[in-house]
Amino acid sequence: MGLPLGALGLFGEAFQFVFQGREAATGGVTVGGLDQVLELAAKQLEVTLLALLVSLVLALPVGVLLGHYGKGEFVAVSAGNAGRAIPELALIALMAAAVGVGLFNLVVALAILGIPPILTNAFVGIRQVDQVSVEAARGMGMTDREIITKVELPLAVPTIMGGVRTSAINIIATATIAPLAGILTLGDFIISRNVYGDAGVLAGAILVALMALALELTLAGIQWKLTSPGLKIQRT
Amino acid sequence: MSSWVADGWLADGWLAGAAVSSDFFRDRSGGGCIQENKLFCPDWAINNLDRYSDPTLQHLVLVVSAVAAGFVIAFSLAVLAHRHRFLSSPFLAATGVLYTIPSISFFFLLLPITGRGAVTAIIALTAFTLQIIFRNMTTGLRNVPPEVTEAARGVGLTATQVLWKVEIPLAMPEIIAGLRIATVSTVALATLAVFANGGGLGAEIVTGSNITFKTGIIIAGSIAILMAIVFDALLLLTGRLLAPWKRVAL
Repeated sequence: MGLPLGALGLFGEAFQFVFQGREAATGGVTVGGLDQVLELAAKQLEVTLLALLVSLVLALPVGVLLGHYGKGEFVAVSAGNAGRAIPELALIALMAAAVGVGLFNLVVALAILGIPPILTNAFVGIRQVDQVSVEAARGMGMTDREIITKVELPLAVPTIMGGVRTSAINIIATATIAPLAGILTLGDFIISRNVYGDAGVLAGAILVALMALALELTLAGIQWKLTSPGLKIQRT
Repeated sequence: MSSWVADGWLADGWLAGAAVSSDFFRDRSGGGCIQENKLFCPDWAINNLDRYSDPTLQHLVLVVSAVAAGFVIAFSLAVLAHRHRFLSSPFLAATGVLYTIPSISFFFLLLPITGRGAVTAIIALTAFTLQIIFRNMTTGLRNVPPEVTEAARGVGLTATQVLWKVEIPLAMPEIIAGLRIATVSTVALATLAVFANGGGLGAEIVTGSNITFKTGIIIAGSIAILMAIVFDALLLLTGRLLAPWKRVAL
């Protein structure tokens, strides 16, 4: 149990690590500092957004179409359940050890984690749309394409974005252990304690937490923008 | 059992383990398959399966403690929020923040306070489960038809009795669904506990500074997946027993 005062001191050191840098635990060189922090943060964001984009492109159309035609419920729902059971550490480690390190492989591994929630939520969101609304739209002469884009998708926004947010959180959290797969993200501060010391570890932990929260808030904002004005009145 | 939870299972070194890695490398000098580090070496797996029993047990303790603590806290929060509706949004926001902070980051935010070890890992994993359980339970309670609670009050039940005898039993399918999601995710996440020196199956994936031993990664990963499946099936069964009038959806 550390004393509160000691804990406070470490937070001060972490602060110094982020803004000025500190001597490496191994001695000699200075590590940390804003330049390195920004570089690693940019890498973490890049990896996260790339993986999220790949997940969206692959999972969203499939989930929406399956939901619209009411097919493949078992696949769409099991994917979500199975995805949760994948141990992140084992996935990244196996990818690095068996397939190889590098950006491409890392993004593939992260997308494997990102696809299931988006697929399942897209399916469920579209499927949950009141069939009366869909029939009314059909009665007005809308094509399948119009029904999807003008009726089903707007009504399914909250559920679909729920899936996207789950994916994003999972991906950015796992991108933290990306240094194990040879891509240096903010997680390097956490994982390479022998280089950065306790101040670096704590700084990394704070930065990763802030970044995840910022991403979540951004996605919540996007969800708000995407939700049609009529639905916002009902949902208080 | 409680002593190793308190002290951390591994020596205090970083990921450490001299104890873990030295016998590990001795094992590796054995057969050709291991030396070539092929994708999966069945002989090694069969001969070394016993080395996975302790990590599996530790993993089990991590998951069960975290989910049990998460359930107790989230359940209480949900009951409170059900009674006092204005608490619902702040609880949702607070648990949302805890859910969003990556567990691995959480471990090290706790480090100055709780140090390194299984307790730190359990706290972080507990924090992760809160939102899932809370959200599902509040949804379940909200979906109880008002006619039913009115009828219950009509036959003379107090608010507390309505909650425990009518609302919670009717919300059971959603509560169990939340528990299943939380448990399965926690089994997977608990592999990261190794970074907090919390032991578990992750310690067999990151052995010393070595994360290239494929057979070990596959065995530890498979045990974690299997554990998730078993927990999921057990909770599904529990759900059917507790809410026999309604089949819990797969």
